[in-house]
Amino acid sequence: MTTTAESTSTTVDQRAAGVAPNLARRAGFFRDVASIAARSLRQARREPETLFPPIFVPVFFFMILVGSLEDTFGHTGLNDFRAFQLPVSVVLAVTGLTRAPSVVTDITTGYFERLLLSPVNRMALLLGMMVADAAIVVALCVPVLVMGAIVGVEFVTGFVGILAFVVFATAWSIAYVGILYAVALRSANPTVTSQTFLLYFPFVFLSTTMVPREAMKGWLSTVAGFNPLTYVYAALRSLITEGWSGPDLLKGVVAIVIVGACTHTLAYAALRGRVSRSRP
Amino acid sequence: MNQRLSVSSDPGGPGPDAFAIHAVDLRRRFGERWAVDGVNLAVPSSQIYGFLGPNGAGKSTTVRMLCGLLIPTGGRATVLGHDVARDPGGVHLAIGAALQATAIDDRQTGLEHLRLQGRLYGLRRAETERRIAELQDLIELGEAIQRPAATYSGGMKRRLDLALALIHNPDVLFLDEPTTGLDPVSRFKLWDEVRRINRERGTTVFLTTQYLEEADELAERVGIIADGRLVAEGTPDELKRRIGADVVIARVSGDPERARQVLDGIPEVERVDVDATEVTATVGDGPTAITPVAVALAAAEISVETLTLRQPTLDDVFLAVTGHRLATGTAAQPDAGASELATTGRTSQ
Repeated sequence: MTTTAESTSTTVDQRAAGVAPNLARRAGFFRDVASIAARSLRQARREPETLFPPIFVPVFFFMILVGSLEDTFGHTGLNDFRAFQLPVSVVLAVTGLTRAPSVVTDITTGYFERLLLSPVNRMALLLGMMVADAAIVVALCVPVLVMGAIVGVEFVTGFVGILAFVVFATAWSIAYVGILYAVALRSANPTVTSQTFLLYFPFVFLSTTMVPREAMKGWLSTVAGFNPLTYVYAALRSLITEGWSGPDLLKGVVAIVIVGACTHTLAYAALRGRVSRSRP
Repeated sequence: MNQRLSVSSDPGGPGPDAFAIHAVDLRRRFGERWAVDGVNLAVPSSQIYGFLGPNGAGKSTTVRMLCGLLIPTGGRATVLGHDVARDPGGVHLAIGAALQATAIDDRQTGLEHLRLQGRLYGLRRAETERRIAELQDLIELGEAIQRPAATYSGGMKRRLDLALALIHNPDVLFLDEPTTGLDPVSRFKLWDEVRRINRERGTTVFLTTQYLEEADELAERVGIIADGRLVAEGTPDELKRRIGADVVIARVSGDPERARQVLDGIPEVERVDVDATEVTATVGDGPTAITPVAVALAAAEISVETLTLRQPTLDDVFLAVTGHRLATGTAAQPDAGASELATTGRTSQ
């Protein structure tokens, strides 16, 4: 993580002869991350169609679930089914929202190798894209929260709670996308990478997406107890309806950290393999 | 593998720091196959060095090792004193490279490519904009520089790729088959640009190519690589002189091996190479030798479709040292003379 400028290799003879010097120097880790993130965001701006599903799906599910099940779920003890479902909408919007597939394109077109020829910090190649993902997730939380406000969902934790809600959603999203980057970097295969979305289903539907844990019975309740997303939901919901609930928030943080540690370890291992100078 | 040492020479002489590019017994193995098998190089600063060979000869693997992208299996190489295995970061700062695949992101505009490249090389904004202005003539994209690269032709992408390699004024420029797929006009323009960069900045250029004309036109020295080994090296003129003053080429319709035997018996003929239906006789004095050659072939009742007298080309050199022509890629058996020439191929300087 070198942040200081490094002298270039222009020879003394070249300088004496008035030849334009080699201008290359290390830009520094944070500038590298910012450069890669900015590029990723530019790409996202040019591909607005990729943002349509993450906006449409949560709004669609919210409308359908609230419209059809709000009355039915009254017996589960839920006072506010809309508040219960808003975190689901956010999770549906941000889980798997990533620019990871563009890594595959970069690898297959040779542009990734062009980046490796430069003095860019290798870690910045991955972190820069994740920073861009985080920025997109934050932006996508806005329409979902606006939708919640329109249908009357209020945060008992106030504006700070809304910010904490966005931070939680973003942290979950970044923890989850590590696995997608791992697959993209490891396989460099668009088909394999796109199949990774299947992971989304067990995470989302074997958790408290539809009903609270107390209303679950048998194996589903047991599985949901091991699903980290259950605790992320609990943290998000507590910010809306319960206030600053330390245990719920702490469990949510732990769940995100565990998922993130696993997926990011895989992602960084895949990055190391991809930039390895031993590979053909 | 047993020929490796016999055809590769030790650069010897001054130490590695005296050269822009220096390699000793550079090797790279993929599985059981040696893609690069003991290459020695000693390229002085400010030289345009042509690395000539057919597809699969080991050119790109050599370049990838010299650029610090691939770790050598054996041997050692330095670029401007930076060890390619131990100090790839130093190598990356010193060099610019346009590799075989045009590394352009279709989703970025030309201008975005150049600005990002400038940032990654640590250039300040003003430096990047100045370099972009200086590279405008090379890029020749006009208004298209503001459009996504997906709309560019192959030639436009090639030029942009070269400009990206040059954004930071590198001291050593690696070009891996830079004109493959370009139309003749774009190719000549790129040649002019390579010459200009070399002349004005003294940039060392390491150019791989499978085009004989390109190596002949551009390179001050040429290394010929075949099957991972450097089989001959020298200036284009030196290499041509090594095989003789002139060549007589007979395209025969019968058995070319019989034609070889016939020509081998002519005193004026110094060596004979066969590639498919072409029999190439290297002679000391073409005008004197062509009549005996024609008479001998006629006397042996060998049907000759064409008989050509000309000065040697790098393709003739390639035929002499590898046993087949670069242009056709047709395999033939190298003869003893080929080995002799190969062993005389020395590295630069």
